[in-house]
Amino acid sequence: MGLLDKQFNNSNVIITSLDNLLNWARLSSLWQMQFGLACCAIEMMAAAASHYDFDRFGVIPRATPRQSDVMIVAGTVTLKMASRIKRLYDQMSEPRYVISMGSCSNCGGPYWEHGYHVLKGVDRVIPVDVYVPGCPPRPEALMEGLIKLQEKIRHESLVKKTA
Amino acid sequence: MSDLLTAPVKTSTGRSLRSEEMIINMGPQHPSTHGVLRLELVVDGEIVVDVIPHIGYLHRCFEKHSEHMTNYQQVIPYCDRMDYVAAMNMEMGYVVAVEKLLGIQVPERVEYIRVIMNELQRIASHLIAAGTYGLDVGAFTPFLYMFRDRERILDLFETTCGARLLYNYIWVGGLSHDLPPGFIDKAKAFCNYFRPKIKEYNDLLTFNEIFIKRTANVGVLPADVAIAYGCSGPMLRGSGVDWDLRRDDPYSIYDRFSWEVQIGKGEVGTAGDCWDRYMVRIREMEQSLNIIEQALAQIPEGDIASAIPRRIRPNAGEVYVRTESARGELGFYVVSDGSATPYRVKARSPSFVNLSVLPEICRGSMIADVVAITGSTDIVLGEVDR
Repeated sequence: MGLLDKQFNNSNVIITSLDNLLNWARLSSLWQMQFGLACCAIEMMAAAASHYDFDRFGVIPRATPRQSDVMIVAGTVTLKMASRIKRLYDQMSEPRYVISMGSCSNCGGPYWEHGYHVLKGVDRVIPVDVYVPGCPPRPEALMEGLIKLQEKIRHESLVKKTA
Repeated sequence: MSDLLTAPVKTSTGRSLRSEEMIINMGPQHPSTHGVLRLELVVDGEIVVDVIPHIGYLHRCFEKHSEHMTNYQQVIPYCDRMDYVAAMNMEMGYVVAVEKLLGIQVPERVEYIRVIMNELQRIASHLIAAGTYGLDVGAFTPFLYMFRDRERILDLFETTCGARLLYNYIWVGGLSHDLPPGFIDKAKAFCNYFRPKIKEYNDLLTFNEIFIKRTANVGVLPADVAIAYGCSGPMLRGSGVDWDLRRDDPYSIYDRFSWEVQIGKGEVGTAGDCWDRYMVRIREMEQSLNIIEQALAQIPEGDIASAIPRRIRPNAGEVYVRTESARGELGFYVVSDGSATPYRVKARSPSFVNLSVLPEICRGSMIADVVAITGSTDIVLGEVDR
């Protein structure tokens, strides 16, 4: 990352703040919770597979919330599923992030008006960091959302709690 | 298996131990339930006594939406989103039903393009089915290989209609776009590229010793049970039943092509086991290539928009049309009351019916085999719950 390698000199010493170091480490290995709900999950799988290769960003799908840093809510959140999503989010350990992928989990999407069993936005049950629009978003769009999340993490401080 | 279940367990001092059944919850967030399916497993030790599928985690009110749109075309995007892995097949089913209701004949060129798109979609869908099935039983590499080739099909779709996954391409009476220049050459190039890849999959996964050990003789679905439960598609053909709507009840122009229906023969185990169902999908990809190549060679010139009706207002009546989607027999029952919106649209989804046979074939198997069996049914939860 550009943050650190410019500050190398010949004696293998890095001078940086602890915040920068920790953030660099955290944003470079965002383990994603494998959480496909609907159509967007297929695009999420495509993003993780050979052509788009999310491994480049250190994003590795994990099957359990205990091991993951970011939850990508990919697909329509129904009322029956909402309580499960809340519970899974609660099981993740801090610091944790949420990417809402696709129109359905952003706001209900095409099911906004008549979807009597669709939650109109996953942000009604869990806090969302990045919204990725699209129905479904392309893998590139998800990738941009992820880079946005990395930027957010880069400017955070674990030492000084920002509001 | 029944001996294992009933044999009394004794301690070293000869006292019998009391054993009881345990309930294990699998899903709705589980990497190998292919979506948000929840399985309630009743187990006795490692043996599965019963499986109770719980569905409804992705119920997206398809029928309600169809009744509340302002016209017939607006239902098509919701059909896409039912079976999002094989969206073209779903559009086709609905559109053929509405066309039958209206009694319109679509141009030759449109029929050919539809068949090409449907078969490409079938390959893409089977690639996902086979790739994720490899993941389920612990083979990661085939998944990457299959997604690599699937991207080529998605590129073809994208050049045609601009979308990668959900297309809204097949319209009532026509198509949203004609084929772009150079499509036919690209599609031919894809066929030539893809045919040798099937051998690659076979070398990697199909005849892999570990894969055969995990899937052969597991989850055997006898032909009579499959028919009794109403299974269709690769699930039914895997059990050795020679039945494919594209040949036996041809819609569109499927009767013009020569190809073979693939059935499971129990080559490495019993007929109707998980390996057979998987293998039917692999072989169907090859047959789809045959259909695509014939269609590409015969496709006529013409206008694709000439039969698109300006206003869709069918006479009061009802129609049921069944088509062969990648997962099996997809039926659409459309009722019209003479207005511009459908009075009712009911979908008979193959995944839902195929899922219902799961308890029957899981009983008496190991817990790990449930994952293999669920993967081999190739369900899409969007279509199960609708």
